[in-house]
Amino acid sequence: MKLKIIGLIAGIAVLLGGAVVYVASARTGGVTVNAVPVNTGQTLALAPANLFFRNLADGPDHGKLAAVPAGEPGGARNVGDLSCDRFAAARGTAICLRLKPDSLPPLTDMIVLDANLKEVHRETLPGTPSRARVSPSGRIVNWTLFVTGDSYAATGFSTRTGLYNLDTQRLTKSVETLPIFVDGKRYFASDVNFWGITFAADGNRFYLTMSSKGKTYLIEADHKSYHGDAIARNVECPSLSPDGRRIAYKQKVATGKWRLAVLDLATRKVTNPPDDRLLDDQPVWRDNTTLLYPLRAADGSTDIWSVGLTKPPTLLIRHATSPSLGGGQAP
Amino acid sequence: MYLAGTRAADQAEARATPAGTVIRRVPGTVVALGVVSLVTDISSEMVTAILPLYLVFGLGLNPLQFGLLDGLYAGATAVLRLVGGHVADRWQRLKAVAGIGYGVSAVAKLGFLAAGSSVPAIGAVLAIDRAGKGVRTAPRDALISLSSPPETMGRSFGVHRAMDTVGAFLGPLAATAVLWAALGDYDAVFVTSFSLATCAVLLLVVLVPNRTRLAAEPVPGKAKPSYRAMLGLLREASFRRCCIWAAALGLFTVTDSFLYLALQRRWDIDGRLFPLLPLGTTGVFLLLAIPLGRLGDRVGRWKIFIAGHLALVVAVLLVCGPIGNWWLALALHGAFYAATDGVLPAAAGPMLPEGLRASGLAVLQTGQALARMVSAVTVGLLWTLWDVRPALLLFTAALLMVTVAAAVVRPLEATR
Repeated sequence: MKLKIIGLIAGIAVLLGGAVVYVASARTGGVTVNAVPVNTGQTLALAPANLFFRNLADGPDHGKLAAVPAGEPGGARNVGDLSCDRFAAARGTAICLRLKPDSLPPLTDMIVLDANLKEVHRETLPGTPSRARVSPSGRIVNWTLFVTGDSYAATGFSTRTGLYNLDTQRLTKSVETLPIFVDGKRYFASDVNFWGITFAADGNRFYLTMSSKGKTYLIEADHKSYHGDAIARNVECPSLSPDGRRIAYKQKVATGKWRLAVLDLATRKVTNPPDDRLLDDQPVWRDNTTLLYPLRAADGSTDIWSVGLTKPPTLLIRHATSPSLGGGQAP
Repeated sequence: MYLAGTRAADQAEARATPAGTVIRRVPGTVVALGVVSLVTDISSEMVTAILPLYLVFGLGLNPLQFGLLDGLYAGATAVLRLVGGHVADRWQRLKAVAGIGYGVSAVAKLGFLAAGSSVPAIGAVLAIDRAGKGVRTAPRDALISLSSPPETMGRSFGVHRAMDTVGAFLGPLAATAVLWAALGDYDAVFVTSFSLATCAVLLLVVLVPNRTRLAAEPVPGKAKPSYRAMLGLLREASFRRCCIWAAALGLFTVTDSFLYLALQRRWDIDGRLFPLLPLGTTGVFLLLAIPLGRLGDRVGRWKIFIAGHLALVVAVLLVCGPIGNWWLALALHGAFYAATDGVLPAAAGPMLPEGLRASGLAVLQTGQALARMVSAVTVGLLWTLWDVRPALLLFTAALLMVTVAAAVVRPLEATR
């Protein structure tokens, strides 16, 4: 028995010691040199000529908000002090979603920034960052967070989408109370989830995805009268083109698998741009015929790609995600 | 192996005893199993706490892909519980089978490192983790039951469940500490979780004695416990009634997540506090598990089990009704768990032959778990059709009726 107890103590010491060593090595395991050219300590501003993104290249500036000239996306990355998990900008306003470190259950800081990327407003919200957008008017920011624990299954996940109006300073923590009409009838269900808002240029009309009972709907909503109508099915993470004619979105092809698709709002015709790889994000319109989106490469890294409605895809920025144009979408 | 239990059992039952004394009077095997469960729960709750962050941030996956699998796992766990209970009795190796269950879950923690960002692999690792939990539950409860004298079995289960719950409390704190120390490295949490789970297996191997048969013939007339013998247990009237009533009550037991959702709506709980609601339930469970277990030993365990369901009825009524407040509802919810979770196996244990104890407890708990799954689906449907309050009120009215019936019929009074 005595031997067994000694063995037990030794075993526990080895196991816990191993864990401590692993934790300590994780602390110091960071890379000290950036894998790509980076200009640090830059003062970034929302110039339309800049392309912003979250830098994912290995190195001390991993996770920082980076900017490159839109005409030279492969050039050295300019970074300042700001880190964002999700970033979007339009007309002198930006939104930065950042997971709060060491918070369990997870919390996210939603930070509203001005044209010089100075903080003008901050909210701490439950969940982890998923999507972020600024209305083309620059006056309404919106976001989607993943939250746990408020769905039926104990380990189930749901999404919570909210808005902040800079003019009225009104915070809508969740759009879940938005009255929805499907086929002209008011839709009620307890399992409704919303995600991925995109605003029209008038700063009033917006589109978003609603999911309920295994189906997803494209909702066309009115901010002032605060109601929404389902206008299409199987549309997730909509993104309205600058001319307001098309919606780019991720189209479900199988469970957990989506590809890029474009819906023409007037004709309701759906086309697929010539990139059939799997994507999981809200696309960004660079102009009326070009889309930007991150894709996961086979090696697990994420890169930003560009594709025309009919032109083939090109790799824009390696090791990067959450693309956004400094001035928003080009007119 | 009674560390201090044999001596303590001889002592007269004191009316008011501090918690330390209670634990010392409990059989050593039960305390050892409590320690094993405590360490295991720290390990598993660490992973549960960081899993959403890991999936979304560590891997960049869309977590909506995972929710659907949950129901499937619950069903598979229920079936594996029967297998675990049966095999433990058949091999007459309760400790070994429990150890396999603990071991499988420990290895699964490393599986997260190996699975990388592959969704099917992560799903498989989650399934393996829960399979381990399914396998170990019945033999572990049988060990608690067999190492305790029948008259203080409620206290033993109370002590075990209280220690288990301490682990559930510490898990998220441990995860936060590791994430902080490892500068946000999720792999460090998995490695630490694996270390703790493996420590728990070592503790089980060394501290928990192999159970040797006290009775000469575990199942008269049969060489080895078979599945038929397992089901044959249901031919025994008092045990059958116990299973039927436990399942009938389970059929109308409102699932935790629904209660929390309704509670959040009624009192408009801040989204940031919402994930902390289960801690309220757990805290009360922790405080009341031992006192209610002991009370059951004295006044009758079935009475406590029934009273626990009445506490749930009141908790749901508070959530629906115009009076009361959220902490009272949570306290009653915690009391419900303290009065039922460990009390049921303590009530049923003495009815089962020693050689079929694990099988019997597996049948009892699987029936209850499957009934609760049906309940979750039913509440979900009613909730969608009618909205929160009518769904919960109807369900609770049904629970009240079954509870009253179960109190009147008193299936266990004959044996107690």
